[in-house]
Amino acid sequence: MTALDAYVPFVGQTTIDELRALGDRLRGRVIQHVNSTAVGGGVAEILHRLVPLTRELGLDTRWDVVRGGEAFFALTKRLHNGLHGGPGTFGEGDHAVFRETTDENLALLELGDDVVFIHDPQPLGLIEGLRHPSRSVWRCHIDVSAPDPQAWEFIRPWVERFGAAIFSAPQFARDLRMDQFLVAPSIDPLSDKNRDLEPEVVRETAIRYGLDPSRPIVTQISRFDRLKDPLGVIEAFRSVRRYNDCQLLLAGGGANDDPEGHQVLAECRERAAGDPDIHVLELPPTANLEINALQRASTVIVQKSLREGFGLTVTEALWKGKPVIATATGGIPLQIAHKYSGILTHSVEGTAYWLKQLLNAPDYARWLATNGREHVRHNFLLIRHLREYLLLVVALDHPGETLIRLG
Amino acid sequence: MTAHPFEFRTRLTLTKATRLVAGDLAELVHHLRAVPLSVVFHHTHHFLVQHQELSPEPPNDFAHWVTAALQEDHLGERLAAVDTIRFANLTLLRQRLVEILEAHLEAEHRLRAAPAGEEFHFKDAVSVVLPTGHSATTLAEFRQALGAVGAPSIAYHLFEARLRIGGEDNDFSRWIEREMGLREVAVAIRALDPYTHTLEGLRRVLLGLLPLR
Repeated sequence: MTALDAYVPFVGQTTIDELRALGDRLRGRVIQHVNSTAVGGGVAEILHRLVPLTRELGLDTRWDVVRGGEAFFALTKRLHNGLHGGPGTFGEGDHAVFRETTDENLALLELGDDVVFIHDPQPLGLIEGLRHPSRSVWRCHIDVSAPDPQAWEFIRPWVERFGAAIFSAPQFARDLRMDQFLVAPSIDPLSDKNRDLEPEVVRETAIRYGLDPSRPIVTQISRFDRLKDPLGVIEAFRSVRRYNDCQLLLAGGGANDDPEGHQVLAECRERAAGDPDIHVLELPPTANLEINALQRASTVIVQKSLREGFGLTVTEALWKGKPVIATATGGIPLQIAHKYSGILTHSVEGTAYWLKQLLNAPDYARWLATNGREHVRHNFLLIRHLREYLLLVVALDHPGETLIRLG
Repeated sequence: MTAHPFEFRTRLTLTKATRLVAGDLAELVHHLRAVPLSVVFHHTHHFLVQHQELSPEPPNDFAHWVTAALQEDHLGERLAAVDTIRFANLTLLRQRLVEILEAHLEAEHRLRAAPAGEEFHFKDAVSVVLPTGHSATTLAEFRQALGAVGAPSIAYHLFEARLRIGGEDNDFSRWIEREMGLREVAVAIRALDPYTHTLEGLRRVLLGLLPLR
């Protein structure tokens, strides 16, 4: 069995056949991805899976990583925060650091002369070394809907030289001359975080973390971050529990290397103190199987973020076939059609109201959950991501066309 | 057996940002009047493939947004009830949608704004059409292939071929009438309102209409 065949049970044989037919049209093309890290982070995680699958389809696919010193990565971290909307000041020295590291990488890397995907801001300067800028793509994984103006001005001159850009959601697109494509992130149904688990594993994990699998469990899996509003989730839970027997699980990481995360975790623990039905768990970033099991043990999953990027925790929850109540922010409305495939809310009160509804109407909750899982199956699995990267190669070959016939 | 086999094709879609955003009905109709027809097609048809699990699925993005984000239930119902199958091309479909929105704006002067984060983003799409490898020269082969192709292939031959390729007929009816001589079956497929089924539901209905010979 090939690696692609392993996805047939999730997406169906015809989807894989269509992907192979598309791959046949692009056989022999050379695709190069460049990002800033080979391990850790969502981009590297996706590329580890995508690159071998693209090769299996017959495209010569390479993946390179830019190198840089401490000053370069400190700068790009500030740029990253600035592009997310945090304040930033960038001076001549910053431009010099970026320029110098770019030159070093241009000397080190062998850049392809066909289609090149440059991921995020760190490798942007490599555009200077590309022979065919019209076939180069800037793949932005960041929410740049409201960037700090200085951060955006820092990268804009580089970005504008690309042939196309990709953003994860329409609200992230910018005022740029080139075509801006929309490719949502994806989850891998074969990864530890998402693969099917035996019911006994799910049950044992819930018990190990102090939950009672025989009673309803309401869960939010998220970093301990104010933007995820865990205190709002506790408030919503408390108003529901007056009428419904249930437990709350807040689980996530982000407290170790983030002083604010540490404080948010402490506040959650303080708010939950003395309540045996509120479970606050700090999990390490490697706890993928545990998160998978805890999501599967849940009755309803909540994502009450005040601001969100794409919201892959929502994708993961929907994929587990759980009814999801989430805030209408960032990429979440792309994943949930309100009252069709989940519930979109705007407040603590709305979250509490819908929690009660779903706990009291399990048939409706199940219908939402079934639709949600199917929506993820059709739109947010890795195979769709791969197909859209291949379609982008076709689109670059046919600039300006919206209906392209291949044979 | 016919000398002109039916070649099943499929359509794969890549979405593009237009950066046109509507926060209320006035902005929605303003942009809808001017966007390329491929944008109109995307917003009136992508739900069928993207939400193919839903039954009944939301009919089009405009109706869904007006109802869910603006809470304009009455208008949402009117937009949902637009009989897409009645329109021979996308210009006429757009005209009808604009008429409904303009009539509402004339009668109702207070504009509701979408909550922050729920604005309507107009999107375009690049459609890439390619052969599926399935073809038919007999009705039996046609039945077999229709049962085997992906849902986007059914959507392509029923919707895209009629509204974007300009044939004014769906591909299935045309081939069944011309090549198989089954006028009644072709008429029955034309008489379907395919927008009231999921794609899998449509596949079952179509297979049910084809005679077993």
